[in-house]
Amino acid sequence: MSTSRYSPQEIIETIRMVQMENLDIRTITMGISLRDCAHPDLAVAATKAYDKICRVAENLVRAGEEIALQYGIPIINKRISVTPIALIAESSDADSYVLMAEYLDRAAKQVGVNFIGGFSALVQKGMTRGDTVLIASIPEALATTDRVCASVNVGTTKAGINMDAVALMGRTIIETARLSASQDGVGCAKLVVFCNAVDDNPFMAGAFHGIGEPECVINVGVSGPGAVLRAIEQQGCADFGALAATIKRTAFKITRMGELVGRAASGKLGVPFGIVDLSLAPTPALGDSVARIIEAMGLERIGTHGSTAALALLNDAVKKGGAMASNYVGGLSGAFIPVSEDIGMIEAASMGALSFDKLEAMACVCSVGLDMIAVPGDTPAETIAAIIADEAAIGMINRKTTAVRIIPAPGKQVGEMVEFGGLLGRAPVMAVHRESSRQFIERGGRIPAPLQALNN
Amino acid sequence: MNSHRIIVTVIGKDRVGIIASVSAELAQAGANILDISQSVMDEFFVMIMMVDIEHANIPFGELKSRLNSKGDGMGLRIEAQHEDVFKFMHRI
Repeated sequence: MSTSRYSPQEIIETIRMVQMENLDIRTITMGISLRDCAHPDLAVAATKAYDKICRVAENLVRAGEEIALQYGIPIINKRISVTPIALIAESSDADSYVLMAEYLDRAAKQVGVNFIGGFSALVQKGMTRGDTVLIASIPEALATTDRVCASVNVGTTKAGINMDAVALMGRTIIETARLSASQDGVGCAKLVVFCNAVDDNPFMAGAFHGIGEPECVINVGVSGPGAVLRAIEQQGCADFGALAATIKRTAFKITRMGELVGRAASGKLGVPFGIVDLSLAPTPALGDSVARIIEAMGLERIGTHGSTAALALLNDAVKKGGAMASNYVGGLSGAFIPVSEDIGMIEAASMGALSFDKLEAMACVCSVGLDMIAVPGDTPAETIAAIIADEAAIGMINRKTTAVRIIPAPGKQVGEMVEFGGLLGRAPVMAVHRESSRQFIERGGRIPAPLQALNN
Repeated sequence: MNSHRIIVTVIGKDRVGIIASVSAELAQAGANILDISQSVMDEFFVMIMMVDIEHANIPFGELKSRLNSKGDGMGLRIEAQHEDVFKFMHRI
């Protein structure tokens, strides 16, 4: 066997992608079913959940570290997603599920993962008692725990949009911000409101272990905006066909790393390999920005005219390249455009090049949507709800996942900065429309499922 | 890991004794060099070794950190990664 199997160029390319372009595995997320943990006594259910997570995920972090060492590829996060807690906790007659969140937090700390997702409810068509209690528990649960992430699915293409839930989430987000006011409302950074939520998303804060999932599964999220950026820069002024081809080739290579790590983790832990999520996920670090990719295509700043088209091209090419590289693709699989977690987005928003409305437009052609956006602390709950409704409508009509993770920063006004630290980053407070949406939101009821749902 | 082959990569400014020094470290660990190639890319010296560590007398992590610190001492970047990284990225 000879090294001639790999050319020096190939070996250097791999090493450069990891060492200079921040190619990494963003997360190995272990999905764990808690369906066998339901109990009439919430304390018993919480204890069962804690014990199960600690048992099943005992070796997750160590396995991740071993794989990172073997392959020389950083694995940034090891995380856990669990069955939506509303489904588990509603067997009890408890009036609050904060206790469950505390046990999940303790379990996350015990096994050493930095986030645990699944303090969640799926209410696209209506709410059970458990869903109501869960949503009511979210503000306190996020204020009193460090690592628990919550999500609520308020709409699907098949069911339409539950506007009562949308209104409720507007109020819930305001309350969550209020209870974490001393930290700029950071609780809201751990709360996602979805339309068409997926069962196997490995990324936080929106990860949960869907009800059709197996007992336990490993899902992987890769990330390599820096590698894509360099590939585009090397292309110079190539036309769009050549640009797309370059992105596809790079996405293929990035995704292969996810496939490799997923298979290795699955083998080490004796847990089935679920999916690789093809999302291009930025971090606040230099050289890890999706915005910079858009700008490298020839736009002075992300947010200017042309940004939506550039993002559409990027998102599609990443999927086409990635789909070839993995046996099982899933999760959200699309470029993320969070404001606070991307240095280029932070800059563009700070200087006014990137507006709230442009973010909404860009969300139509990529993954997820209005993500990690800080808005004035005095934004009315109805306005937050209306923002959620707009985003959910985009998801419902276009048969795609959309989400809102918005932070009404307590006491802050447009132009001020909020600081979350770490991967959550920092964000300028962005302007939202001041005209009222109250009467619209107060109508209540459901927006009927669209014609797109009638495809049988 | 299905195979026991790793790729050791040395990148830096060329100087006397790089191969001797890295080879000595590998020999001490009981790791068998299967192949060596070297070239100059972008003014940097690049040496690539394929190494079999099946009969190595220290764990991979230990070998890797010894090579890393050997590199630090010589002003070189020395990496060790399992072969599968390159196989997965560059071969379908």
